[in-house]
Parts: sequence; C-alpha cells; structure tokens
Amino acid sequence: MTYVSKPEIHHPLLKVNEIGLNRRNYEGSVSTLCAGCGHDSVSAAIVQACSELSIPPHRFLKISGIGCSSKTPSYFLGNSHGFNSVHGRMPSVATGANLANRDMYCVGVSGDGDSASIGLGQFAHIVRRKINMLYIVDNNGTYGLTKGQFSATNDLGSTSKKGAPTLYSPIDMVSIALQIGAGFVARSFSGDKRQLVPLIKAGIMHKGFAFIDVISPCVLFNNHAGSTKSYDYVREHTEHVIDADVVLPHEEITVDYEPGTSESVNMPDGSRLHLNKLSNDYDPFDRVKALSHVQEAQERGEVVTGLLYVSRDPHDCHEILDTTDIPLNALEESVLCPGAGKLADLNQSFR
Amino acid sequence: MTTYNDFVIRFANVNGSGSASANGMFAKALFRMGIPVATRNIFPSNIQGLPTWFEVRASEKGYLGRREGVDIMVAMNAETYEEDLASIVPGGFLLHDNSQGGDRRLNRKDINDLGIPLSKLVQSEFEDPKQRQLFKNIVYLGALSALLNIDFEIITGMVSAQYKGKDDLIQPNITAMEIGRSYAHDYMDSPLPIQARASEGVGNRILIDGNAAAALGAIYGGATICAWYPITPSTSMAEAFEQHASRLRVDPDTKRKNYAVIQAEDELAAMGIVIGAGWNGARAFTATSGPGLSLMTEFLGLAYFAEIPAVLFDIQRAGPSTGMPTRTQQADLLSAAYASHGDTRHPLLFPASPKECFDFAASSLDLADRLQTPIIVLSDLELGMNDNLSEPFTWDDERCYDRGKVLSRESLEEISEFGRYLDIDGDGIGYRTLPGTHPTKGAFFTRGTSRDEYAVYTESPEAYTANMDRLLKKWDTAKTIVPTPEIVNGDAQAGIIYFGTTAMPMDEALDRLSDDGIHLDTMRLRAFPFGEAVEAFIDQHEILFVAEQNRDAQMRTLLVNELEIDPARFISILYYGGFSISADTIHEQILAYYTDHNLPRLKEVQS
Repeated sequence: MTYVSKPEIHHPLLKVNEIGLNRRNYEGSVSTLCAGCGHDSVSAAIVQACSELSIPPHRFLKISGIGCSSKTPSYFLGNSHGFNSVHGRMPSVATGANLANRDMYCVGVSGDGDSASIGLGQFAHIVRRKINMLYIVDNNGTYGLTKGQFSATNDLGSTSKKGAPTLYSPIDMVSIALQIGAGFVARSFSGDKRQLVPLIKAGIMHKGFAFIDVISPCVLFNNHAGSTKSYDYVREHTEHVIDADVVLPHEEITVDYEPGTSESVNMPDGSRLHLNKLSNDYDPFDRVKALSHVQEAQERGEVVTGLLYVSRDPHDCHEILDTTDIPLNALEESVLCPGAGKLADLNQSFR
Repeated sequence: MTTYNDFVIRFANVNGSGSASANGMFAKALFRMGIPVATRNIFPSNIQGLPTWFEVRASEKGYLGRREGVDIMVAMNAETYEEDLASIVPGGFLLHDNSQGGDRRLNRKDINDLGIPLSKLVQSEFEDPKQRQLFKNIVYLGALSALLNIDFEIITGMVSAQYKGKDDLIQPNITAMEIGRSYAHDYMDSPLPIQARASEGVGNRILIDGNAAAALGAIYGGATICAWYPITPSTSMAEAFEQHASRLRVDPDTKRKNYAVIQAEDELAAMGIVIGAGWNGARAFTATSGPGLSLMTEFLGLAYFAEIPAVLFDIQRAGPSTGMPTRTQQADLLSAAYASHGDTRHPLLFPASPKECFDFAASSLDLADRLQTPIIVLSDLELGMNDNLSEPFTWDDERCYDRGKVLSRESLEEISEFGRYLDIDGDGIGYRTLPGTHPTKGAFFTRGTSRDEYAVYTESPEAYTANMDRLLKKWDTAKTIVPTPEIVNGDAQAGIIYFGTTAMPMDEALDRLSDDGIHLDTMRLRAFPFGEAVEAFIDQHEILFVAEQNRDAQMRTLLVNELEIDPARFISILYYGGFSISADTIHEQILAYYTDHNLPRLKEVQS
C-alpha cells in the first residue's frame, strides 16, 4: 500500500483565498517520493500558485507521462481530474484534453526522461501547436525509477554517482522551446520557491503554451559532487534574469523584489504580468536574443533562471484552428448532427 | 449475340497522366444510366510515372465483386502492354493507340483489335503539349461512348458539371470527346457486341468510397475531434472528415468550427490526442492502416485499462513498408483484436459497404462511450478507396447519441459515494465523470491497472484480479450490444462465414456454386466479440468454410480461440495476393473441396 490520504484537519488560522479556499484545498495525497526530492518542492509550489490564483481546483486538468515527475500530479490538486498516461506521451494526451474543453486550465508535469528522450517528438509538436497549458519539466538529469541512468538533459562530462561521465551532448529543452516558438519560456530551480511560485502562476495564466524547465535535483542518484544537477552546483551557478509574477485585476503590485527595472504586460483575462529585470541588459520579449543568452550561459556552465521569454502577442491552438467558444465536449447533439433532411441532399450529391 | 451491361473494362495507364478523371467519368456515366458498377483503382506507391490500372465492372445482375478476366482493355501503358494483353479474355477487345500503325495484338489473334490513332488525333487538334497528353484520355472516352453505346449527353453533362465556372475548359473537353466518338463511328464497327443500355439496376443507390462514407458517419455520430497521421489507404477518411465538417459543422452565426482536426506528428500522437479527448468527454477518432495500428498499440492498452472511449478506423492494406501497401487485405484482424501489452482485447466492427461504413462510424462512437473502451473499425483499401455502389445513407432524427454512463453535477450531488470503477449495474461498466463537473465530488486519478474501485492507487493482487475480472464481464456485455451477424439460413448442411469486403463477390460465388449443386448457408460477421447468433450458426452446420483475405486464416483463429471450437471444423478459403478476393477464387476453392472429399451435391453438374 503506497497511498496515504491526509487527515482533513486544517489550522484555524490558515489563510483563505478569494474564493474561500485555503492551501490545503489545493493539496493532493501524501508524496511517496524520496525525502528531499526536488519534485516535492515543485508540487508544493504548484499548490501555492493555484491557491493564490483563486481558481477552483476542479477547473484544472493535471496530466503526466511516466516517471518520478509524472507521479507528482497525485500530490497536488486532489479535487482535480488527473491522468498519469504513457511514457513520453503526455503532450498528445494534453492536446486531446485541451481540444475537448478549452475552458479548463491544464497543468502538465513531465520529466527529462519523459520529455527529452522518448517524448522529444511530442514535446516539439505541442510547442508548435501552442496548446493552452503550463508544461513543467522536473529536470533532474537522471532516470530515478529505474535507478540512476543518465537522461538526455545531463550535461556532457557530468558524472554518475560512481564517477562515470556523461558521454553525449545535452538536450536543452528551454532552447528547443524558444527555437520552436513557445509563447512563454522560463527556467527555475526547485530550491527557489520565491522565484518558482510566481512563474507557475504566470505560466498558468498565459494564453497558449507556457514552458518551465525546473532543475529539480534527484537526492538519490544525481546530487553528488561531479553532477551539474545537484543542489550545490545549481545554487552556485545560477544567473537570475527576470522575475515575474501575475497581478490579478484588482490587486496592487506588492511583491518585494530585488532592485531593478520593472514592467507590466496586460494579460487576456485582465490580470497583468509584472516583470522585474534583475539583469538590465536582458530583454524578455526578444526570443532570438533570449536563445543566444541561454546558449552562451550554457557554454560557461551557468544556469540562467527566471522568465526567459514571453510573447507580447500570444496565441493558442483554438485560435489557430478557429474553434468555437463553447467547449467541444459540451456541444449539443442538435449542433453536432446535421440530421436526416441534410442527409437526403448528401445522398443526392453521390448519384 | 450482343450482351448488355455485363463486362469488365480495364484502363491501363501511367500514373500522373491525368487518366483518373476520364476513367472516373466513364464509371459515373454507366452509373447514371442506372447500371450497377464497381470500380477498382490499382495504383502504385508513387506520384508519377508508374503503371496504374482502373477497372470498372458493369453487372446488370448486381455482381460487384472482382471477376477474373478483362473484356475490354484500354492499353495506354507500353511498360505493362504484354501483361495487359494477356489478361484479356478470348474474344475480348483491345483498345490502343495505333498512331504508329499496325496490328498490335501480337500473339493474341483470339482477341479483337480496336486501334485508334489517339496521338495523331490530338496533335492535329490541340497545340498545348499538356493538353495533348490529357486529351488522349478524353478521346478514348469519346470513342468508348460510341463503341459501348453510352448515352453521350450524360458524359458531356458530366464534363460541364465538373468544370462548372471554368467554361474555357468545357469546350475543349467536349471537342476531344467528339473527335473520339466520330472516329469510332466512322472507322470502327460501332457499337460492339458488348454494350451498355439504360437500366433500373441501380435503383436509388449511391456511388461513394467507404472512407468518405465513414467520415460522414463520424460527423453524424457526433465526433468533434479527428487526430491522424497520413498513411495510405486511410488518408482520404481524415481529409473527407475535414471537408464535410467545413460545410456541415460550422457555426451559422460566428462561422467558427464545431470540430478540430489535428494532423499529428505520428500515429502515437494521433492516438494520444484521441484518448485525451475521449477522457475529457469529446467524441474523437483516428484513421490509420496496419503500421499505424502497430504504433498505436501501447496507447490502446492504456485506453483499455484506463477505460477511455476511443474510435480507430483501420483501413487495412497489404503488409509493411511501401509497394504492396497500395493493395488491399484483411490481415490486421489479430493485431487489432488483441492489440497491446497485458490482457487486452478490443471490439471490432467489419463494414462491408459504404452504407455500413457510415452506420458503423456513427455507432462506434456510441459503443465507445457505452463500453468506455477503444472500438476498432476494420475497413480496407478495397472498400475505403474505391467508389462502391451502396444503399443510400439513412438517419433517424429520433435517434439520440448514447453517451454512456457519465455522471452530471446533479447526479453527483444525489449519490452518497462515487467510485469510478464500481460495478453498480452488474454489466462490468462503471460510472465516469468528466473533468470540471463538480467542485468537490467525482474527481479521480486516471492511470493503468494499479487502482482499486475508487481509482485509488494500489498494487494489491486482489484489487488487480477483481478489476481484470470485471473487464471480462464488460466484454460479455459487449457481446450483447455489438452489431449482430447477417445470417441467411436455408437449412443447408454447409455454411460459409465471411466479413467485410469478402462479401462483395459472395453473391456471385454462391450463385455459381448453386449452379454446381452446392448450396451454402451464409453468415456475414459484422463484429467481434462474437455473440450467441455466431455460436448458433456454427453449431447448426456440419461443414463450415471461412473465407478471408489473409494468409494465416486470422478470422478462423479468432473463432477457434474465442469460442473454443475444434480447428478441424473450419475450412479456410483464402486469398492474399493484394487484389480483392474474386468470385472465381471462392467458387474454385469450395468446388475443389467438394470434389476432393466426394461430398454430395443436390444435383449433378451439367456439363
């Protein structure tokens, strides 16, 4: 038995959001991942972000593939429908689910094994199609469930626990997402909740495809000296460029940021995306420069985090396809079926 | 002696030479004269330059299956000339371009020469080299109208309709046709002893390919999402869906689409999209062929265990890779029935006509929702890509979609507890909920097998076994609601079992066998799993033939395996050469069996 339900006792002073729910209402079952796993921090950040956005939990879809990361949708949003699908195929399942009901918020959680190897093709194509969702990769550079094989995001030369180096070049999912044209691309670190929670909020509210690559160390197989995905390495080699947060329509900007220049972008639902530039020469609206900045940093062994790119004119797949506003799964039979009279005309056209 | 409305004509062309439209018009003209016709496109896996054949069978009796032997060969391809010549029946006709002069019958002096100087005729009339090439086809069409006595106004009317709005194309086409017609009148023995004449044979039937019919059925059945990856011979189904939907499924006010079509990156993604959509309550389907089915099998297993509605059309073709895949077969039966890992099995539907493609497309969506499982419709290239004569489509406006067991917000309020996989009704089917239905009730986590009746993760052997047993109960329910077989029972000692396009030549084969004193009862299977009627038919017959178009007798295996019947009871009638099975093949194999086993016949053969 690996399922543990949580006691439904809430602290009386637990903060309540705009729709009268507290953070516990956004939690799932107790995690069965290893103690100290970065993925649990990501799940906690999702819980906090969804709660702060005051979206009813049942309006979320949570979809995953297979792997440690893909188990995590059980650990947040217990009142949402979840789908733990097939290894590397979360993008297609999310695509179908989003096509069926455009009104739902969709959070996909995948891993570097799931998305950068077996699922690389599906990842590339969901970026192209601009499916309206937040796609998170819990990136730890290793296959945890099968006990520590390298994944394709592991840096060249980064070693295994026993000291063997990675022989092949890494796949950088952020660069791929930028190159193919995702409207929102960010990188963060599971150990930096202050940066991650606002990014998740912004990614959920973004229209179209939002991607966050979260470096999320594997405490068991990839957290040693020699690994470039360890807590210590990432902390020492991080460059923050842009912090971002969603400001709901009636909210004041109260977030306390490091000094820098700020800018606000309007979002389709009336909220604003507040950007705080930590590095003055970085332009989060320039996709091509963002790509070269990320690649240059990678050459130096640095990890660039924050909101790396956001489109000023985002689109989503339903817009591209010109589908109706009513969710396709809610269309009535009278709308779907052309009826017997029309069929008689059609028969005549085949004579 | 002149025969009417009973011939096979084959056009041997080079693909990419513009022959398809002329040949299509020829078939349509016969159809519009009321003559039952069947068309067969035999084409290479290529865009331009390789041999292609188009065969039209006219049959007053309504025999629409393939028949061996060609009565009239329109031999326009030098590369295949010898084999084309060889396929003509003794006394048949060879139409060819004799611009170079001479008798081109070679060693076939038993056939009749119909030489027409096609190249010379088009060269004297048309300047443009492209027109010269294209109009050769139109000239032979004009000549055939005279030779076979086809109503000329019907053909010219079709030209006018086809190029409606492009008037500058109409007159040159009609001119070319008249050139051919005049030549046949003036220099040939027109009409031939093989002729067409107006008939009542077609009745109110329509002429359409199975893929277009299935696409229309999917629209009537309420499919809103089509995800697919291009693969012959299924591509035209997805394209027809989009084409029909762009007219029939657009919001009249906003002009926006009440459907979505995604050409996926591969078949795996196509199936994933269908499953994501089905999970989220939209009716969705994919269309593919054998190799695509192989790629989709992992997802099919997940959908079976996760109990998600999905519909897959497999337009079967011959084998892997390229080449023979542009030929037809019924060889995906076993890979479809048991697709995927673990203990899986899937309901299959076997349409045998465009009407059934339409009907099964609509009802498969109902079945998928009712049974919460993937439904696979097994069509094939013969049915899917050729224009076939069909009963017209029908729809009852009183009919309501069966959306299966889906709990609404109100019903969730009323029930005391929700368990996604609880078998409340005893039919093996649980109640599902769609995402977003209720703020606090009915949410569940979808995964493969590791779950209990409340969709809670468990690896308990008892929970796993109970779940697998419930899925078997659901399978028994499926037996009672899938389409029943079509049985013709005349108390014969022997029966024949067949399905899908093997039905097309069956009437003709049975008539010929009957002439030989062999009378067979028939059972056309329309679905898997097999219900009671299938078992009863097998019990009632001492000798049982199973006719199918694959090497390994896959339907026979399915019958043996599922009904636990002694394999020796079934005699296989097989054809797997890539064309559709002919009446001749069925007739000869059964006749040989009767002869070899000295089986009694009702009367002696008159010979």
